[in-house]
Amino acid sequence: MSNQLLAIAWLTIREAARRRLFLVLVLITVACVALSAWGFSQVRDALLSEGLDGELDAGGLTGELALTFIYAQLLILVTFMFSFILAISAVFIASPVIAGEVESGVALTILARPVGRTAYLLGKWLGIGLLVCVYAALSGIAELAVVGALTGFVPPDPLLALAYLCGQALVLLTVTILLSTRLSSITAGVACLAIFGLAWMGGIVGGIGTAIGQPTIGRVGDLSRLVLPTDGLWRGVVYHLEPREILLIVDQAGALTAAFPFVVDSPPPPSFLAWVVVWFVLVLGLAALSFRRREI
Amino acid sequence: MAVPATVTPDVAAVETVDLVKRYGRTTALDGLSMRVPAGEIFGFLGPNGAGKTTAVKILLGLAGPTSGTAALLGKPAGDREARRRVGYLPELFRYQAWLSGREVLAVHCRLAGLPRADWPSAIGSALDAAGIADRAGDRVGGYSKGMQQRLGLAVALLGQPDLVFLDEPTSALDPVGRLEMRTVLRRLRDRGATVFLNSHLLTEVERVCDRVVILDHGHVVAAGPLTDLLAERHLRVRVTGLERPAATVLDGFGTLEEADGWLELRGLDPERVPDVVAALVAAGGRVHAVEPRQATLEERFAAAVGAPTSEAEP
Repeated sequence: MSNQLLAIAWLTIREAARRRLFLVLVLITVACVALSAWGFSQVRDALLSEGLDGELDAGGLTGELALTFIYAQLLILVTFMFSFILAISAVFIASPVIAGEVESGVALTILARPVGRTAYLLGKWLGIGLLVCVYAALSGIAELAVVGALTGFVPPDPLLALAYLCGQALVLLTVTILLSTRLSSITAGVACLAIFGLAWMGGIVGGIGTAIGQPTIGRVGDLSRLVLPTDGLWRGVVYHLEPREILLIVDQAGALTAAFPFVVDSPPPPSFLAWVVVWFVLVLGLAALSFRRREI
Repeated sequence: MAVPATVTPDVAAVETVDLVKRYGRTTALDGLSMRVPAGEIFGFLGPNGAGKTTAVKILLGLAGPTSGTAALLGKPAGDREARRRVGYLPELFRYQAWLSGREVLAVHCRLAGLPRADWPSAIGSALDAAGIADRAGDRVGGYSKGMQQRLGLAVALLGQPDLVFLDEPTSALDPVGRLEMRTVLRRLRDRGATVFLNSHLLTEVERVCDRVVILDHGHVVAAGPLTDLLAERHLRVRVTGLERPAATVLDGFGTLEEADGWLELRGLDPERVPDVVAALVAAGGRVHAVEPRQATLEERFAAAVGAPTSEAEP
């Protein structure tokens, strides 16, 4: 990896640190974790006061299993909110890094140096990507630790869930960087969020199609996952956070669960994960190509 | 374009051949051909929109030409190895406001690929040359416009580059700063570096440059060593009582203009000044004043830009 690429990545990380971005995110995260800790303890107390002797019934599950299911669903909802913070953070940190630096004249001084355009672009991607992943890991571990301590619920694969969460944020970061090689900061950020929303809707529409036995509508979800793999990666997050006993419910509910983005019956297939790798290479390659042709 | 052999080292610092740059229907550069010998202070002049900044950006690889070729230190324009030996102060620029001046320089040491052991001395000498050593620890966001320009100069001087592009380097400087800038430019030349100076301040250019190119509408309208460009003398004469029109009396001496009671004769051979006076007297004129003058760069510039057809070759 070139020295210049690492220099740009390091500069990007330092800039984020100097802009108090870390501080603000840490404060918000601490507030979120504290709030969810309070929520989980309230739910736990309420559920335990109902007793575990068969009165508690969640989707046909009873007793301990019902508790676990409820905790898992709550955790998935908190993670859903958290994934939005992460995605929006990635988009808004990334949208000004190329477009903003070109507009302000910062890029003029950097790119006159012996720095390749691709190294500059990948350095920015790497710097923000590292920031996003470190933030996701630290705050995710904090949340999981709090939930585990309060309720005793530990998801089957928390680290894999976090990895999928990071993947989702990296996808949005990559699209934002691609757009910001040609569009202004604000346009790139807004466009990326709109695409993210569309892909999310595409996943739900596709799920509904599958649930009601309409494969043509179901393919909408497949297609949106190919174009922007965020929804597919989100399903990976859900699968690794939910207890394996969830499959009992899935069996009962049949295809209907496909319509709900918070219940997943299988992990993303290896073919999808392979596509995600190819997708990153393609989109980053396109971004580099676009930026190399850009006049500064 | 012909190049005087006397000032042509083996490798030119900058060379362009028929460089064309179009943005849609707008032509920014229209066949720019020029050669900047190494080790000189070169003035790149022209009115707003003449294509100066576009040419510099093409040379540095920040923009691509539509056609034609450009070379920097003997390498194709934009070549990364050549850029390692180049310093650049853009006209409109910004450094990371959240860094201190010293940190900005450290970033550029790294980007320029300077060995880490050399950073402290490189940063120290650049700060001293630009006159901002005492503010080096302050955040750039708190710098005045003039201070930012000095920092830009320090960045451009970092690591003793062989070629330094300065785009309007004194636009935000006070008179003392401009004086210091001239000293910096001369020192650069003294150590063998080439300075490519883009400036509207013609008196500054006139004081320091060895050679200039005047650009208008994307092509060269005048070029050459400054001494040659300013060699054209003209004569101002105040005369009364001429029996025939001055244009008839002075036909064949040069180009004549009449303004405010003065005759201005351009393109006159200095040896023929007494002949002019004799002709005026012979035509009944009473000669009150005769002022031989050397052209200023400003006059040369105005003439070149105002009359693009009077193209001069270096």
